[in-house]
Amino acid sequence: MELQAVLMAAGGGSRMTDLTYNTPKPMLPVGNKPLMWYPLNLLERVGFEEVIVITTREVHKMMSTDPKTKLDIKMKLDVVCIQEDGDMGTADALRHIHQKVKTDILVVSCDLITDVALHEVVDLFRAHNATVAMLMSKAHEFTETVNVPQRDFVGVDQSGKRLLFMANEADLEDGLIVRRSIIRKHPRMHIKTGLVDAHLYCLKKAVVDFLAENKSISSIRGELVPFLVRKQFSKMTSGQKRMDDTETVDQKNDGLTNDDLFFPSRDEALLQLAQERSCWNDHRGDMSEAYHGGKLRCYVHIMDQGLCYRVNTLSAYIEANRMAPKFIEEPAVHPSAVISERFQMGSDSMIGAGCHVADKTSIKRSTIGISTTVKEKVKVTNSIIMHGVTIEEGCNIQGSVICSNAVIGRGADLKYCLVGNGQRIEPEGDTYSNTKKSILLEVSVTFGLV
Amino acid sequence: MADSGVSGGADKKDNIEREKIEGKELTKEEKQRLRKEKKQQKKGKEKKDASLPQVSVAETAAPASQLKAERRARQEAERTSKQSKKGDTGQPATTSKPKIPPNELQPVVKRLPEHIQVDDPDVLKKLAKKLERQQTTENSEIQKIPRRLDYGYKVSLFSHLLQYSRKAPLTQQLSIPSAVIHPAIVRLGLQYSQGIVAGSNARSIALLHAFKQVISDYTTPSNEELSRDLVNKLKPYISFLNQCRPLSASMGNAIKYIKKEISNIPSQFKEDDAKKKLLNCIECFIEEKIVLAAKAIAKSSIEKINDGDVILVYGCSSLVNHILCEAFEKGRKFRVIVVDSRPRLEGREALRRLVQKGISCTYVLISAVSYILPEVSKVFLGAHALLANGYVMSRVGTSQIALVAKAFNVPVLVCCETYKFCERVQTDSFVSNELDDPDDLIVTRKGETQLKDWQQVPRLGLLNLVYDVTPPDFVDLVITDLGMIPCTSVPVVLRVKNVDLL
Repeated sequence: MELQAVLMAAGGGSRMTDLTYNTPKPMLPVGNKPLMWYPLNLLERVGFEEVIVITTREVHKMMSTDPKTKLDIKMKLDVVCIQEDGDMGTADALRHIHQKVKTDILVVSCDLITDVALHEVVDLFRAHNATVAMLMSKAHEFTETVNVPQRDFVGVDQSGKRLLFMANEADLEDGLIVRRSIIRKHPRMHIKTGLVDAHLYCLKKAVVDFLAENKSISSIRGELVPFLVRKQFSKMTSGQKRMDDTETVDQKNDGLTNDDLFFPSRDEALLQLAQERSCWNDHRGDMSEAYHGGKLRCYVHIMDQGLCYRVNTLSAYIEANRMAPKFIEEPAVHPSAVISERFQMGSDSMIGAGCHVADKTSIKRSTIGISTTVKEKVKVTNSIIMHGVTIEEGCNIQGSVICSNAVIGRGADLKYCLVGNGQRIEPEGDTYSNTKKSILLEVSVTFGLV
Repeated sequence: MADSGVSGGADKKDNIEREKIEGKELTKEEKQRLRKEKKQQKKGKEKKDASLPQVSVAETAAPASQLKAERRARQEAERTSKQSKKGDTGQPATTSKPKIPPNELQPVVKRLPEHIQVDDPDVLKKLAKKLERQQTTENSEIQKIPRRLDYGYKVSLFSHLLQYSRKAPLTQQLSIPSAVIHPAIVRLGLQYSQGIVAGSNARSIALLHAFKQVISDYTTPSNEELSRDLVNKLKPYISFLNQCRPLSASMGNAIKYIKKEISNIPSQFKEDDAKKKLLNCIECFIEEKIVLAAKAIAKSSIEKINDGDVILVYGCSSLVNHILCEAFEKGRKFRVIVVDSRPRLEGREALRRLVQKGISCTYVLISAVSYILPEVSKVFLGAHALLANGYVMSRVGTSQIALVAKAFNVPVLVCCETYKFCERVQTDSFVSNELDDPDDLIVTRKGETQLKDWQQVPRLGLLNLVYDVTPPDFVDLVITDLGMIPCTSVPVVLRVKNVDLL
């Protein structure tokens, strides 16, 4: 077997607590499907047959019992439940399933919605025998939120594929320091800041074994990947020396050497022979062989076109809902929805199963969840209505997010609000008078123009 | 030009009509041929319309081009009619004598390999079916080996060859945790198609390495014998690798050797013992035919290198580099001139390796070879394969170097291991060659890419050939692990080798 897929669905959604305080993040409906359906769909389309899903007990229960959140995935899901206390990072989770990992793994985060051609990332991993291969995407307009205090600096080489440098602004106190060994080997480096990390990683099995030994690393993105990127250029990476020294030489970096990470593949000598005879080099201008003789290599695939969203903030959630119809092949209006005539619906709206939509309603650019009731003369624009909501007559809802099981009273006028789970909006209610139960959304940028 | 077959047929009929009127009688065979051709053209019309979307030539009324088109159409029609008659082909591309009856032209009925009949839709269909038949049954799901699609406009002289784009790898059509094809083979295919493993020896060693992994991961299914089942298992892998990049002669010989070893495993061997034996055989093959052969060739060549020599090498041949490094270590004083050519620019890698050793080198492009040759005392060339008629198949440009060296009376020595000897016979570089990605020829200088939209320009084709053949008249000596032989002794070596194998 070549690759095992691991889906990380235990995240808390710390940046969108308004939405997630009742519904766990992997189960948030996007386009009337739970959020974790999207990465699972991506894996299924590409050809995976089994996925290890790391999630909390609550999500596991919801997956199996709740009909509203039924996942129609044909793959075999091996669910591993972990505690919900939130102390477990992604790397800790990998350590937890260390026994199940038999080959190289592909780690995906549950909040990734993308239509990337996955073979691009995996081909980098295969062809260059890389230790880690990841996916990044050029940021689109809505994610370039102003003044993000924690920019990520990503340094790639000339070809744009090899990852040379990765650091977060928060970790750089004095400024960006680039080691001389990197510059000597790769004199031309492009440093990019506007990239979205898709949190999709192909990792070698040796890395998982390494994680099992070193319990100090708790997050893949925050600690493991920058560590591996730095390790590419530390000393003692040449093949010949590997055999000789068993003692750790690179004591500065918490006593770990490349020997731990460098897992010799079968018949390393033969591979070396083939590489020597091959007239290929990944760089030119200096005297060193291909890859500068380094065994640890990190690669990144940067997408220019195509969709890649990480749904970890409210604005991302709203944008993803807008883009959702592109991913789903089902018709926009679910066949079991009861829709009366004299009803206007825009082409990019979606209506879930079991809905009741009455006369003279107008639904534009919105998503209506499962089992929702919309009474007469309601106008819904640019909004997301989750499951089980009741909207009485004459309401006007604009640019809002209405969570599950809420009831919007007659004639209410909601603009750019977020109504929490199970809340009631009084009839003739106005946004401003209901500030206790709803939260004004200030992200007017994301709704765009009708 | 390719679509002129359809209209050319009509013109041809007019020609024959004209001949009838002019008083020349059609022989019975020609009438039969005409009838067959009409049928073929009717069939060919539908197929050709489907398989040739690139119709770029506008019909010009110029009489000269029409005659050319007619002649070419006649050739194609004759070819298809011959194929339809026997199922085997006669010679390819007959010369343009339309009135020769077909019966006289078939001294030897030989089968052309399919990879050089890409412009014939029947052969393409057969190839697709063959790939389907080579499906591997995994978990009761039948998945077939995907076929890589041709890319771009092909120059008409080479339209019978396959041309792929590096940006459309075969892995696009495979499922990601590749269950159908062993991951080591997928990795190898990717490395071939991206050029990470390039060079005849490197490719063979990498292939054998991948096969070692396949064999160690192999388990015999019940009711099957290892000797038969393993060979069947390897067949789809080999077609996959062929799709990624056409197999080289050395790889072909290595595969033949492995298949023979597998079939010769006695049935009473237990699976573990059989696998161990096979892995051992592979290691022996590499050790003997590649590593030791290189040592032997280096030893013979050092006698040919004298102090004060100026040696010219072309491109990056692992064997020639090895020889030069060994000679330098043994203390010979010489300098090297590395000749390089676009688009691969492999000479840079050879230059790096030689300079790293301490050899003083000069670097020129192939356009300067006649300028630099007066200084040269010897030319050392590597070979991709040695053909049975003594021709040397090597990187494109080698024959030019050999030609110019001959003109300057400089001895040309070709270094080649015996496992690269091949039973094919070829006298020109057109019949069988490899077309690399045409986009490699595009160059961006100062931000400007002139050939950016080359596909939109009508009648413009980019040709990126990989190999060419050098006649034995230009080669003075071939240094092999069996000794130093003249080019014409290759068939003798092949005969001796075959006797050994039997």
